[in-house]
Amino acid sequence: MKFGTEIVALSLFAFAAVVAAGFGVDAPFRQHMWVLFFVLAGFTAILLRNIDLKPAAPIDPSAYMDGPIRYGTIATVFWGVVGMLVGVVIALQLAYPDLNIQPRFNFGRLRPLHTSAVVFAFGGNALLCTSLYVVQRTCRARLFGGNLAWFVFWGYQLFIVMAATGYLLGITESREYAEPEWYVDIWLTIVWVAYLILFLGTILKRKEPHIYVANWFYLSFIVTIAMLHVVNNLSMPASFLGSKSYSAFSGVQDALTQWWYGHNAVGFFLTAGFLGMMYYFVPKQANRPVYSYRLSIIHFWALIFLYIWAGPHHLHYTALPDWAQTLGMAFSIMLWMPSWGGMINGLMTLSGAWDKIRTDPIIRMMVAAIAFYGMSTFEGPMMSIKTVNSLSHYTDWTIGHVHSGALGWVGLISFGAIYYMVPKLWNRERLYSLRLVTWHFWLATLGIVVYAAAMWVSGIMQGMMWREYDEQGFLVYSFAESVAAMHPYYLMRAIGGAMYLSGALIMAWNITMTILGRQRKEQPLPGSVSAYQPARSQTWA
Amino acid sequence: MGLISKHALIERNATLLLAGSLLVVTIGGIVEIAPLFYLDNTIEKVDGMRPYSPLELVGRNIYVREGCYLCHSQMIRPFRDEVERYGHYSLAAESMYDHPFQWGSKRTGPDLARVGDRYSNEWHTQHLTNPRSVVPESIMPSYGFLKDTPLDVKDFSTHLVANADVGVPYTPDMIANANADLKAQADPAADTTDLEKRYPKAKVGDFDANPAEVTEMDALVAYLQMLGTLVDFKTYDDAAGYR
Repeated sequence: MKFGTEIVALSLFAFAAVVAAGFGVDAPFRQHMWVLFFVLAGFTAILLRNIDLKPAAPIDPSAYMDGPIRYGTIATVFWGVVGMLVGVVIALQLAYPDLNIQPRFNFGRLRPLHTSAVVFAFGGNALLCTSLYVVQRTCRARLFGGNLAWFVFWGYQLFIVMAATGYLLGITESREYAEPEWYVDIWLTIVWVAYLILFLGTILKRKEPHIYVANWFYLSFIVTIAMLHVVNNLSMPASFLGSKSYSAFSGVQDALTQWWYGHNAVGFFLTAGFLGMMYYFVPKQANRPVYSYRLSIIHFWALIFLYIWAGPHHLHYTALPDWAQTLGMAFSIMLWMPSWGGMINGLMTLSGAWDKIRTDPIIRMMVAAIAFYGMSTFEGPMMSIKTVNSLSHYTDWTIGHVHSGALGWVGLISFGAIYYMVPKLWNRERLYSLRLVTWHFWLATLGIVVYAAAMWVSGIMQGMMWREYDEQGFLVYSFAESVAAMHPYYLMRAIGGAMYLSGALIMAWNITMTILGRQRKEQPLPGSVSAYQPARSQTWA
Repeated sequence: MGLISKHALIERNATLLLAGSLLVVTIGGIVEIAPLFYLDNTIEKVDGMRPYSPLELVGRNIYVREGCYLCHSQMIRPFRDEVERYGHYSLAAESMYDHPFQWGSKRTGPDLARVGDRYSNEWHTQHLTNPRSVVPESIMPSYGFLKDTPLDVKDFSTHLVANADVGVPYTPDMIANANADLKAQADPAADTTDLEKRYPKAKVGDFDANPAEVTEMDALVAYLQMLGTLVDFKTYDDAAGYR
């Protein structure tokens, strides 16, 4: 490969970054541009060292393009460990505030780093690599656009690095799950449109007449995220050489735009995309067809239609007009049905293969993911009811709810997909160790249970303490007392998170060894090898 | 099922699938968000709201930068306990000049919508520097570095212009005096008559017990001290504000 255009373009951008670092009007922007320069310059150097003047081997246009998917899988595991580690750190900061290191490693700067790392870096890479894996195999077509997939992969990693370093430098728009500032947003828009072209282009050149259901979900996730991202991040920079911008909307309109985005980051990024994952990897691993074709049609359209309306339930009893709150609540409750439609379709795909839960830890992981999906999509509509929300809002209950969805559904289904894909992507006969998958499963599941239970107790306790009156009509607790009461639960939460993280570390080890081509010598899991079954005796008949 | 069998049409046509999905996902947002921009009763009629003074806006930007909104809400709900704890429930009008809004979603710490005037400047400076020295139960990080960081602003008028571009009524007079006002508000020796005319109820003087220079601590405390103090609730009619 000669990388001629790439090297020229990268060096030009690196040069522009140095200029911006020199002329930037605020210190964080200048520091951020230095970060950008070193990343781009480093990448240019790597490309220069890899120049190969021999003519490149011709590409077989009928073969699948799996290079970016292999990189994406590794990136998923890497960012997953990083994001979860930051999560454990900030959980400990809440239990032991002396762990804050001002200014760059204070909770307020690390928390967006945690959410973005797990949602966009871990979840995003999981979606990126699985969607490209699935679309090629279900369309029987090579990825569209030559090196476009590489641009999308590396462009997305650059977005992650810029977003993450920005938070530490104090560059944020303060829009939850959309914190990066205007220039990083513009970059993500470019990468995301390229991703849409890549994905849609591959579907358009398919050799299968029908578009498989997983691709409906992936496609709607990609196009909806594009819409949400662009609208929610509309803002006016104070200077084109500065990091600060001011949102296009204000107050109540800004709040609803943000939560329209925020809830659908959950609905499309963390749900629709991962349902696409479910629709391919669960049938594959279980070796059974999807349970119901009709159900998949109904729940697909119902899910994407209803999800968009649910945003206002993040703003119950705020200054948002009541009509919008009530509308949001009504649609959030309706959303329960298509969510469970998806859960049923996923779970019932195991019809006739339920025994595999006992024998196949990867299936077990996927089934647990779907079960957690069902649980959190019941809990969500319940919490969107205004009376329930009046207690749960502003408390740790919300945090627990998010984590049962994120750790339980998003995490476990991604781990399942990774365990399925890795041996195939690297042409390995099997994973390094299935017993380690079992370890991962139990550490993750128990970690979630500890985490969610701690947050239920602390959240409900907070809500109750804040509103408790004595018989003379005085508030019983000061706010500080409610903070002090949280300590044991914050510690438990950190322990639950650490268990989940250790499961992810075991996965990282297992995946690394699989890629290296090792196979662990271990006893097969009980039940995974058929036991000797004597021929049926004639006398029984 | 006749309708279901017609779905094959969409399943065979990627463009149709894309257009259909996009159409379906735009409806909810249009119905819920768009009316907020033109329904007159979305924002209550109140007396006293004004744009942030330059120093307050710098303080607000520091509040955003440090991620304060991740643990502190600025949105008091209309419940007895919240109103008794924090003050009158928050109005939409009170955040009408907030780009972006800072309502928050979590109360790891207390609500700050009306924290203005409730503590002294000294308390805020002490609390931000070492939170547990004044609230032993606090789990807040320390922000002592703000005291040692002089404001690093080359030309703050561009920030007022950007706000004006997105609808905040900053006048040419306010924009022209942005940099002077920024310094004057935290300088006990400055003549602040014009500043207080431009920004009624603005708190002036030294905020961080360091009159020699304007630091980030000055700006943040100036912002905290004005939170929730602008609207005149004597002239506000609760019943007219229901919507």
